[in-house]
Amino acid sequence: MAERYEIRFSGAGGQGLITAGIILAEAASIIEGRHAVQSQSYGPEARGGASKSEVIIGEDPIDYPKATIVDACLAMTQEAADKYAVGIKPGGLLLVDTDFVKNPPKGDYTIYDIPIMRTAKLEVGREIVANVIALGAMIALTDVVKRESGLQAVLAKVPEAFIELNKKAYNLGFEKVKELMAG
Amino acid sequence: MAKKVALLQGNSACALGAIYAGCKFFGGYPITPSTEVAEVMSEELPKVGGKFIQMEDEIGAMASVIGASLAGSKSLTATSGPGVSLKQELIGYACIAEVPCVIINVMRGGPSTGMPTGPGQSDVMQARWGTHGDHAAIAVCPESCQEIFTETVRAFNLAEKYRMPVQVLYDEIVGHMRERIVFPEPGELEIIDRAAPTCSPEEYKPYDAKSDTDVPPLAVFGSEYRFHVTGLNKAADGFPTTKANLVAFEERRQIAKVECPEARADIESNEEYLTEDAEVVIFAYGSSARSARYAVNKMRAEGIKAGLFRPITIWPFPEKRVAELGKQVNSMVVVEMNLGQMIFEVERIVKNDCKLAGVFRVDGDPINPGEIMAKVKEVL
Repeated sequence: MAERYEIRFSGAGGQGLITAGIILAEAASIIEGRHAVQSQSYGPEARGGASKSEVIIGEDPIDYPKATIVDACLAMTQEAADKYAVGIKPGGLLLVDTDFVKNPPKGDYTIYDIPIMRTAKLEVGREIVANVIALGAMIALTDVVKRESGLQAVLAKVPEAFIELNKKAYNLGFEKVKELMAG
Repeated sequence: MAKKVALLQGNSACALGAIYAGCKFFGGYPITPSTEVAEVMSEELPKVGGKFIQMEDEIGAMASVIGASLAGSKSLTATSGPGVSLKQELIGYACIAEVPCVIINVMRGGPSTGMPTGPGQSDVMQARWGTHGDHAAIAVCPESCQEIFTETVRAFNLAEKYRMPVQVLYDEIVGHMRERIVFPEPGELEIIDRAAPTCSPEEYKPYDAKSDTDVPPLAVFGSEYRFHVTGLNKAADGFPTTKANLVAFEERRQIAKVECPEARADIESNEEYLTEDAEVVIFAYGSSARSARYAVNKMRAEGIKAGLFRPITIWPFPEKRVAELGKQVNSMVVVEMNLGQMIFEVERIVKNDCKLAGVFRVDGDPINPGEIMAKVKEVL
């Protein structure tokens, strides 16, 4: 049976997590030539705070297009963590924003935290790149696509003037998680 | 040169498929979950010299599509089940007046407003019998973003070739998810344009059928070829008639042009997966077929001889092949996001040749592979 890897990005609407999911799917399916399906919360589910974007990646075509049990989940807010950090695979991964998820839901998975919004604000100087930091962090955490593929997909999406900003954001996210995992 | 690829939503793939097919007109009225088709058409049509109109309502949109098509443009509308309900009067008009056009139905639940943002497959019978009166229907049901592109192209080809409305049905899940699309090069996919009259304008009759399965050529309305268009039963010259033999001939021809063996063989398109030695075949279409394929793979790994039959053309119904499979297998399981619609077509064909069961769901969630496996194990 086809191997599939499922990732969920969750947070508040407007944080760019749907875009993060689309970029990851592009890195896997366009840049690496593998298979990916991206979907997102829609309709009433998408209103009122928490929002999610899911990506399924595999070497073979993805048949069932929705997440079954996710391998890794990102939660940028407490509400998103409470709502969407369920259904993580045993032994799976949960990454949360240190400052916004004070009580990550416990389960049979490893929890990591980095200050995503704070890094965006203080180290990059633009909160708008928080989703790119989160993307770099999730790629570092999961190794689901190569570091360069993720970066290439990010840069393909942004205007010339914002390339350096996004490169910095992506690398910060990636490195912070790698340090955390090494430590 | 490498082909152009992109990660696209199903609804965007539909619009780009329409452009590839040569569509030059879109008339629509926005409705969830199909709105992105209109959105992309409004961006793309002006680039190819086409026209986009947002009409005042659904039936107005269908009227604009019929008018544009008669005037010679390949024409498209996109809606969801509630919109198709409102279009029915003019879908029947397009059937009897033999006007080529393509209707996209991004299916949600129902009846009425239902659950606008949830997926559904409960419009498959609407696609067959939604408009009143005896008539043929062609409908296709893609399961992926790539297939939405290619089936939209095929829908235009079928509409042009058989001179009638063709419906493309896919559900909200495929409409809104994103997958890689490999764009066919220009000329790579066959593009069919309607036959034009070869006679002089004076000799032209819009329904001058040469046989009881013929599709007569359609002239451009407003050109030197002048003709009458009506929803009434009509004679070869397009004018109304109540002559019994003419009415019967036309009614029968308009069905036979689609349901005669040659046309069926041309229109039908199925995917079969591991059916050769299957003891149980899952009959599934659209996004439900993806769940079914996942279930088939899992069951094969457990030693269950399961297979998938996926009609891509759902109307006309693939009678011949379903009959053959009914004789081969022990059981058939029909999987659909409604409370049982196509299962009655399957039952009509397989009769008592095999056991038959259904997996149905209408709560806004897709049918998952576990539900399918549980049902298969129950009936085997």
